[in-house]
Amino acid sequence: MPIWLSNLLLLAGCAALVALLRAFLFTERSRRALNRLRRDRVGIGCAAIVAVLLLIGLADCVQINPRQSVLDFAFRNVPREDGYSAPLARTSFNERDPKPLKGRHLMGTDLLGKDVFLQTLKGCKTALIIGGLTSLIYIPFGALLGILGGYFRRWVDDIVQYLYSTMASIPGILLLVAVMMTLGKGLDRMAIALSLTAWIGLCRLVRGETFKQAAKPYVEAARALGQSHWRIIVFHILPNVMHLVIINAILGFSGLVLAETILSYLGVGAPVGTPSWGVMIDSARMELSREPAVWWPITSASGALFLLVLSLNLLGDSLRRAFDPKAA
Amino acid sequence: MLNYLIRRILYMVPILLGVMFITFALFNIVNTPRQVAYRILGPKASVQAIDNWLNNHGYLDEQGKELPLFFNVGAHPFDSLYFRSMGRFATFDLGRSFATDEPVITMIKRGAIPSLCITLPAFVVGLFLSLSASLLLVFVRDSLIDRWGTVLCVAGMSIPITVYVIFGQWIAGNLFPWFPAFGFNLEGFSTARFIALPVVIMIVSGLGSDVRMYRAIFLEEVRAEYIRTAQAKGASHTRVLLVHMLKNGMISVITLVVASLPFLIMGTLVLESFFGIPGLGNLMQNAIQTSDFGVIQADVYFGSLLYLFGLLVTDICYAAADPRIRLQ
Repeated sequence: MPIWLSNLLLLAGCAALVALLRAFLFTERSRRALNRLRRDRVGIGCAAIVAVLLLIGLADCVQINPRQSVLDFAFRNVPREDGYSAPLARTSFNERDPKPLKGRHLMGTDLLGKDVFLQTLKGCKTALIIGGLTSLIYIPFGALLGILGGYFRRWVDDIVQYLYSTMASIPGILLLVAVMMTLGKGLDRMAIALSLTAWIGLCRLVRGETFKQAAKPYVEAARALGQSHWRIIVFHILPNVMHLVIINAILGFSGLVLAETILSYLGVGAPVGTPSWGVMIDSARMELSREPAVWWPITSASGALFLLVLSLNLLGDSLRRAFDPKAA
Repeated sequence: MLNYLIRRILYMVPILLGVMFITFALFNIVNTPRQVAYRILGPKASVQAIDNWLNNHGYLDEQGKELPLFFNVGAHPFDSLYFRSMGRFATFDLGRSFATDEPVITMIKRGAIPSLCITLPAFVVGLFLSLSASLLLVFVRDSLIDRWGTVLCVAGMSIPITVYVIFGQWIAGNLFPWFPAFGFNLEGFSTARFIALPVVIMIVSGLGSDVRMYRAIFLEEVRAEYIRTAQAKGASHTRVLLVHMLKNGMISVITLVVASLPFLIMGTLVLESFFGIPGLGNLMQNAIQTSDFGVIQADVYFGSLLYLFGLLVTDICYAAADPRIRLQ
């Protein structure tokens, strides 16, 4: 596939996603919630941080030429060193005769002499791929099953309940490891494995809410007017459970990023050479035991990860408060 | 009560069958036994060696032919991989390790004590700390302390367990060199020295999410009407919180806690391998490193059994506490 086509597809996909979200958020209830969110300074700040980090990740997905993404192009002046160097050092690290470096590095360089700050920014791409791809798989699946179970009840609900209680019976981390062992390493496989466990919580939540919504008079009224089940589900139920799906997706995103670090630590996660925060944290096992310790790669990676996950969690909480001011 | 118990157990049979099927599918359909054999013996193994391995692990029938997946057309119809492994699962035979040929059940028995040495103290102390902290937050609810306490909890949740472990060991190892950073010894006082660091790290890493969860549970209770009644009757703020609310709130807490009790045996995946504790988490980590599918399969199944057992005990506790449940 030529580069311009893959870039175009990527951007078109993102635009479609944003348009879809906007369409769902065009209900009276969502507009009131967004107005409430606008007054929540913490929520807005977190949304901005998440947006910036994800845009950096997106910038790394858009290729200029086969070997360079937009992010690489922006940092093309950062030279590559021969090995470790401390943050902002002028000479290379821990050698008998320290050699002068080719440039200054904000967060130092790693074993291969790559700039740690740039690698950390590139970790946004991996986080975006893991979180985004997994969400694209599990959210439609989990939400659909939940709505079907909650709306049709009886035997449909029995099947949905059976499916999620069976999947929930296998401890999540063990299932993840087992699936990754059988499928092999790779980001796409990790997305499949993670979505196998991620849909359970969403499905349970949506099923419960659909149960409540389906008993309300407006659904009965729509039935009385002769609307079909599919019309009621898509135009009446779905907009009323959508806020739960969005909140769950945001909180779930942070869980996926955290799960990536555990899988990478266990050796069944991102393949070696992927610029991911999990791999950077994992390699600190060796780096911290050196004398003197190489502390900057893990600090940089966990700092960025902490920023993203914390912002996602706080944003999710803010959204929940905005949509349901009484409960929070 | 007996009636209720029997109904709960019967309800678990289809779920257990589903779990067995997923485990079987992962290790026999996604990866065929022949592929597994090549992964363990190496890609250059002779056909004879592969056949020998398959025969030793029960994948071949008496004539030395490969067993079909589901139905054995021509011979005995149920003499297939699926029904053979169902038979093993149903009799709780966990099989043997592919790497050392040791029965997995003896490996689990050996690893249970070291695992419990870490998880049990961490669980008890962690539960006490998080319950007290969440009660404190509920006591001063809607104040500045509550707001920042909650943010602190979210921050604690946003740090991956790998960072807690890697950074925690490094910092603690530098601050308190008396506590060994690696190893395990089951001899009285020296055990305490070895488990001190992992236990502290496990408590700290779980504190954030636990406090937040218990706070949410207690806040739900605080809004109940019996609280208002108690306050109207003139009971003091402290008494309402510690006597009236705690009693009712503990029902939800105990449900959560009892369900997680059986998992204490499973140990912790990340912590044990890092601190060199020969528990079940370490067993799993070794199995991942050596592609020991026998142990991983057994571990997944064992974990699911523990989960279902925990669910059953929770149901019993619930029914004992609230007789109305039994009738539903």
